[in-house]
Amino acid sequence: MASEVEKKAVFDIDSAKEVVQELRASFVAGKTKDYEWRRTQLKAMLKLMDENEPQIVAALRDDLSKPELESSIYEIAMLKNSCKLALKKMKHWMMPEKAKTSLATFPSSAEIVSEPLGVVLVISAWNYPFLLSLDPVIGAIAAGNAIVLKPSEISPATASLLAKLVANYMDSSCIKVVEGAVPETTALLEQKWDKIMYTGNGRIARIVMAAAAKHLTPVVLELGGKCPVIVDSGINLQVATRRIIAGKWGCNNGQACISPDYIITTKDYAVELVDSFKCELELFYGKNPLESKDLSRVVNSNHFARLLKLLDEDKVSSKIVYGGERDKSNLKIAPTVLLDVPQDSLIMNEEIFGPLLPIITIDKVEDSFDLITSGTKPLAAYMFTNNKKLKEKFVEKVSAGGLVINDTTVHLAEPTLPFGGVGDSGMGAYHGKFSFDTFSHKKAVLYRSFAGDAPLRYPPYTNGKLRLLKSLLGGSILGIIRALMGWSKA
Amino acid sequence: MLSSMEKSIAELRETFKNGGTKSISWRKSQLKALLQLINQNEDSIFKALDQDLGKSPVESYRDEVGVLKKSVTYTLSCLEKWVAPKKAEVPLLFFPAKAEVMPQPLGVVLIFSSWNFPFTLALDPLIGAISAGNTVLLKPSDLAPACMSFLVETIPKYLDNKAVKVLAGGADIGERLLQLKWDKIFFTGSPRVGRLVMAAAAKHLTPVTLELGGKSPAIVDTLSTTPSKAKVTAKRIVGGKWGPCTGQACIAIDYVLVEEKLASTLIELLKKTIKRFYGENIKSLKNISRIVNKHQFQRLVNLLKDPNVADSIVYGGSVDEEKLVIEPTILLDPPLDSEIMSEEIFGPLLPIITLKNIEESIDFINSKSNPLVIYAFTEDDTFKKRILSETSSGTVTFNDSMVQFLCDSLPFGGVGQSGFGRYHGKYSFDTFSHEKSIMHRGFYPEIEPRYPPWTDFKLLFLKLAYQFDYFGLILLLLGFKRS
Repeated sequence: MASEVEKKAVFDIDSAKEVVQELRASFVAGKTKDYEWRRTQLKAMLKLMDENEPQIVAALRDDLSKPELESSIYEIAMLKNSCKLALKKMKHWMMPEKAKTSLATFPSSAEIVSEPLGVVLVISAWNYPFLLSLDPVIGAIAAGNAIVLKPSEISPATASLLAKLVANYMDSSCIKVVEGAVPETTALLEQKWDKIMYTGNGRIARIVMAAAAKHLTPVVLELGGKCPVIVDSGINLQVATRRIIAGKWGCNNGQACISPDYIITTKDYAVELVDSFKCELELFYGKNPLESKDLSRVVNSNHFARLLKLLDEDKVSSKIVYGGERDKSNLKIAPTVLLDVPQDSLIMNEEIFGPLLPIITIDKVEDSFDLITSGTKPLAAYMFTNNKKLKEKFVEKVSAGGLVINDTTVHLAEPTLPFGGVGDSGMGAYHGKFSFDTFSHKKAVLYRSFAGDAPLRYPPYTNGKLRLLKSLLGGSILGIIRALMGWSKA
Repeated sequence: MLSSMEKSIAELRETFKNGGTKSISWRKSQLKALLQLINQNEDSIFKALDQDLGKSPVESYRDEVGVLKKSVTYTLSCLEKWVAPKKAEVPLLFFPAKAEVMPQPLGVVLIFSSWNFPFTLALDPLIGAISAGNTVLLKPSDLAPACMSFLVETIPKYLDNKAVKVLAGGADIGERLLQLKWDKIFFTGSPRVGRLVMAAAAKHLTPVTLELGGKSPAIVDTLSTTPSKAKVTAKRIVGGKWGPCTGQACIAIDYVLVEEKLASTLIELLKKTIKRFYGENIKSLKNISRIVNKHQFQRLVNLLKDPNVADSIVYGGSVDEEKLVIEPTILLDPPLDSEIMSEEIFGPLLPIITLKNIEESIDFINSKSNPLVIYAFTEDDTFKKRILSETSSGTVTFNDSMVQFLCDSLPFGGVGQSGFGRYHGKYSFDTFSHEKSIMHRGFYPEIEPRYPPWTDFKLLFLKLAYQFDYFGLILLLLGFKRS
């Protein structure tokens, strides 16, 4: 028993240093650069998922009461796809890219070579603890790095399962999981990394970036924001409602960075919209949604209290038009829709990250764009409309990580689209090849020959050389010839 | 009560918000105006560079004016292409759907430039920021005061004042600027200040590009080939060390690595070339910049103070404090733990480090932090491959120096301590843009299994869908697959 306790000693700055040293040695030895090594690791990850699906689903149920379907599809299936894509395309991604050269450097050839950054730190979040841990790791492996993964302590069952599975299936001299909370994360952040990827909230992101600044470590920050949904009239309301529900309560009960946060619609359309929600929500989750097995719970009592504070604020609680029930012992809040909450309420001034959906009404749909741009830039923005002009305006005016028209959240599954934020919703992007790129350094390489050494590059500097240089940099063959002949003016 | 600085920035934000910088025609007009600025003020620019750094017009044209003109012209010719959204492939499962990535300006950006290439390093990022549709505050370095004054006075005469502003001042102004919220900060300078910039940016979650430096080595493996190639090598080394601002350049050759037995040949060639390019001694020195100020001059002189370092001087070493000139100086094997071998030199002192075997240069370079560039003069293809795969640097240039800077299609930036982010050509446009993903969906067809209540059938359907197993899906729908 004593040795067990000793083994789980405090993970402090020295432990963090040791981990980084070990990984750096592995990296320098070239282990992670090898194509076959990368393949084996990715295949091992697939095997890890194939052989442990029930355990993963169980851990997610423990941590979040996540329905089996959400776990199987939005965590495991998505991850498997990501892994398979990397396996299929990695060789291609690893190939140097030819670059064009111009007259200014003639004769020469140029290319851009992808190389791993080195030893990277991935800090993931609690809401999709499996996906958000291993998806970045896939990119880091494909790009040839050594990795430390720090899963969130707010989803402890998944964190400890990840630690166990990664140690069993993957090469622990190059890929390690470090469990823990603030002290352990702080110890890790003191170290020098070649890249840090953080998924989470803006407050911690500032701490991560400040720590990275000490070592000039580049960062990717995948944050969140208030993802708005604009609902226009003249659409298929039922389909729109269902898609909003799927993106909100169907995604970890609203606890997802790209979940619709609030809705903006016209005063005229609001009543129809609310009725549509009432109808579809009951079809999906029944008359007693607190008992529905198809909804995740709120992750813990802190967040539960936070959400109740948003819901029970005086000027807000009277605006509930559907739901509002809560079950404290099971950490459940029923899908709740609110209509016309005031702009200065708490619920409209922080990312909700839960099963509460405020609907804000405006006079005309066009007014929604200014409303959105007056706030910070969200990770995603959605619009339901059949009006071509409105679509164009939406795309032009709204700045967000990603936009979807006539659906919600599905762009996440599209690996050809970069997934990331802008402004307060983050910096950098990943998914598909973007994951590979984000964990690579794109090294520029110029090959020159000894032929064609233009004396005009070197001193002594004369007016003639100046003339020639001007023509050469100007790229005009005629100009060059004239300068050579001494015909152009200085 | 807003200070004038805060008022300026509020105006930049207002201009951006009102869409003043969005249209392609605005961006093109600004770029054309910048080109006019350069064309109509070439002599003043040469004068300012001579005043601040002693640069000759040819060096000024080659490294600053010409580079900028090329950059603006290239950007003007490519802008429409860069601004266009890029289509992204969408799998059948999402049909009908359209996906694209559209570049958008970040907003209000801050550019800090350095003193050694006071025009290029200020205006080249500016070109990128304008082309991407941002409003810009440019803070040139006060260590090149004539150039800074020129920019402060001249830019407002040509560019849209509501969208592009230039602020004069020193470190204190820089610090105040860093307290404010920007949508992007682009910094060229030292790693020390780079850390401060990033730490300040972290408070606002502002993305940054840091163009820093390091000790850029030149590996020399070509002296035993033909004499003409050896001569060209020597010229390119001399041109890559003392050519750019007398070594005060992030991509200047910092030190040379060569095999022991070839060191003396190299040194003789270098000496001859130096004399031919720059003159016989410090009194007759020409065609070369001077040291920017007393502080840098003292720093460089101090590098030579260490007696072991002074002993290793094989050429040059004379200094003229009044004129802020240090003659091209070559050192042979100064102690590896001396400051000259551990700090970025950024001046006209060239250490030559000898090795038993040139392949050792790889380990030598890896023992130091990642430089901005590695130069390698070699015709051995295997060695080239080894250098590429076993070292890490922003760029690698084979058989030449400096010219990679002119290549618009190559990303220019560092890695590790030499920085992160990149620019030049389209990379400038990208670095000041946000790539926004856009997905268009239709209302039909509807995939029912997306919605609860969950059933085993829906689970299986989605599993097959996510595997893009269309055949399996058909079987399931026809009832041939059991859940």
